[in-house]
This record gives sequence, structure tokens and C-alpha cells, in this order.
Amino acid sequence: MKIKNIFVSFLVIMIGWMLLTWSLDVSSVLIGTGISLALSVVLCGSCNLFSEINLTPKAFAYFFWYIIVFLIELVKANIDVTRRVLSPSMPINPGIVKVQTTLKSKMARLILANSITLTPGTFTIEITDDALYIHWIDVEAEDVKGATNAIVRKFEKLLEVMYG
Amino acid sequence: MDNIIIYISIAMLMGTLLAGLIRFVKGPSVVDRVVAFDSMTVTSLVMIGVIAFLSNRAIYLDVAVVYGFLSFLGVIIVAKYIQGGL
Amino acid sequence: MEIIGQIFLLMGSFSLMTAAIGLLRMPDVYNRVQTGTKASTLGAIMSFIGLALMAYESWGEINWVGRFAVLVVFIILTNPVSSHVLMRAAYAMKIPLSKLTTVDKLREDINNKVLEEPKDE
Repeated sequence: MKIKNIFVSFLVIMIGWMLLTWSLDVSSVLIGTGISLALSVVLCGSCNLFSEINLTPKAFAYFFWYIIVFLIELVKANIDVTRRVLSPSMPINPGIVKVQTTLKSKMARLILANSITLTPGTFTIEITDDALYIHWIDVEAEDVKGATNAIVRKFEKLLEVMYG
Repeated sequence: MDNIIIYISIAMLMGTLLAGLIRFVKGPSVVDRVVAFDSMTVTSLVMIGVIAFLSNRAIYLDVAVVYGFLSFLGVIIVAKYIQGGL
Repeated sequence: MEIIGQIFLLMGSFSLMTAAIGLLRMPDVYNRVQTGTKASTLGAIMSFIGLALMAYESWGEINWVGRFAVLVVFIILTNPVSSHVLMRAAYAMKIPLSKLTTVDKLREDINNKVLEEPKDE
């Protein structure tokens, strides 16, 4: 699926260009289109970063829903960190746990790992084919199943739709 | 006295830079120092934004974008180096 | 509008300061990386949103908003990656975990030969 790769990377580069220049002149848009097309063909002609993404309306809807869920988790993470740092006794109980994931696509696992890093109290250390090792600042469940339910499930069910 | 909240924010950002500098000097291991450097970089990005707002120059924001990108590359390269892969 | 922007900027600065206090107080390097990453990411995002609101209110120049949007997306994408690489480097250097640590499944799996020592490919 070379065409899909080139198309998605062209869209990403073009949106970046439009945001940075912020003008709708004909010359500016033409130059941007040319540069984005050349860059996406040269850089992403042989990569397969975006080949597993689903370009359906349902996937787009889930993408925006994912962003909302992610932002809520980010704010919750910050409140959590503030509470832990500012309380005098520092209620931490750290440990490294192992969780399972069923996602196959590389890009989906990358997004999953980054999201876990920015959600409350968890941080990805190491990632293998089907497991992630997570540093948890307040361990609630030491076994694989409980940790998977607590950390991974809420993102995984959205990512499964986006990445087939 | 229109900008009093902005000045309070600048004072807090200065405190952040100071705390990062203390961890940078004290840090027992290399990774502590790199983390402190990373946190100081993000603080400096915000500070560049505040200065651009106060002096009304949009061109400073481009400096912030490039600075953030270079800092990201720097942290990655240092981490790779102390891991023994470079 | 402007007061909302100022409140956002103040909350972002407070969040960044929380990150720095966490850097000073936490017992070992892993917890320091955690607090530093999370609090500083959200702090920078909120400060940029506040500055964008203030700039739009003051001059009505929309091109500031585009640059702040680029900065926000850039920080969301790069900050977790660099922190993850740092954490992995710290684990490969065998920096000891703090006394409070309860469980270490990664070390168990390395000792049981399920997994190799994390190092570079």
C-alpha cells in the first residue's frame, strides 16, 4: 500500500506547512504542495509507517474520541503527580509490572506506549512483541492480568478499531 | 499593572529553572542530569513564548520550534551514547 | 478571554514548577523521570494555549495560533519518546531502584532467560 503511505505523509507535512506559514496565497499554497509531495515521495516511498491505518469514517471518529480520552487522562495524570509531589509523606509504591497487548501493528503499539507514558503513574520501559514492561508509581495489581486490565484496556479497544 | 499575572508566571518559571539547575549540579548519575536538562529545556521553550508575547515578535516562536527539535535530538543522542550504542 | 489566557498561563507555570519539585524530591531516577515528563508536558501545553489566547485577544493575529499549535503537537509527540529512551538507558546502566520498590518483573524475566538484557540493536 504505497499510495496510502504517500497520501497520509503528504497530508501531515501539508498541515504542518499550512500551520507554520498561515496564509492562503496562491504562491504559498503551490510551493507547499510541491515541497510536501516531493518530501513524501522521497522520504516515505519505502517506509510503511501508515500502511496499517484504516481510512474509514469510523476510524476517524474513533481517532477524535481517542484524542479526547487521551487529554482527560493527561489532566488526571497531572493532578495525580501534583498530589504525590506536594504531600509531605510522598505516597509512592513503585514497581515494574508486565502487561500483555494484542495489537499487531507497529504504529499502534508506538501510540499505545506513548499514551501509557503520559497517563497517570505509568511509564513504558521496554516493549517486546506482545508484552510491555511498565514502571508503575503506585502498584495496584502485580499479576499480568490485573495490570493489563488497569492500564492497557481503555486505549487498546479504541486502537483496535483504528488499526484494524 | 496589566501584566501582573504574567510576571508571577515568569517568577515561577525562574524557580523551575533554579530547581532544575540544582538537580543538574547535584544529580548522582548521568541520567538525572539529562532529565534535569530536558525539564529546563521545556521551561525555556515556555519562557521564549512569554518573551515573544511581551515584545510582540512572532519570529521568536520559530526559534522556539527549532530549539525544541535540537533539544529532542540531543537527549536521544546522549541516551544512546550512555547505553553504549553509539 | 484575556483573563482565561492568563489563568491558563499561571496553571501551566504551576505545573512546570511541580515537575521541578518532583525532580528534587523523588527518591530514585525512575520516579524522577516519571514526574518530570508528565507534569512538564501538560505544563508546557497549558502555557502555550494561554499564550495563544492572549496573543489572539491582544492583536487578533491568527498566525501566532498556528505556531503555538505546531509547538503543542511537537511537545506531545517528542516528550514521551525522549523520556522513554532515557528510562531505558537508566535500566541498561543498572542504576538501582529505590528501597520502596515492591516488584520488578523485567529483572525476573531477564533472570529467567525469557528476555535478553535491554541493549542496542
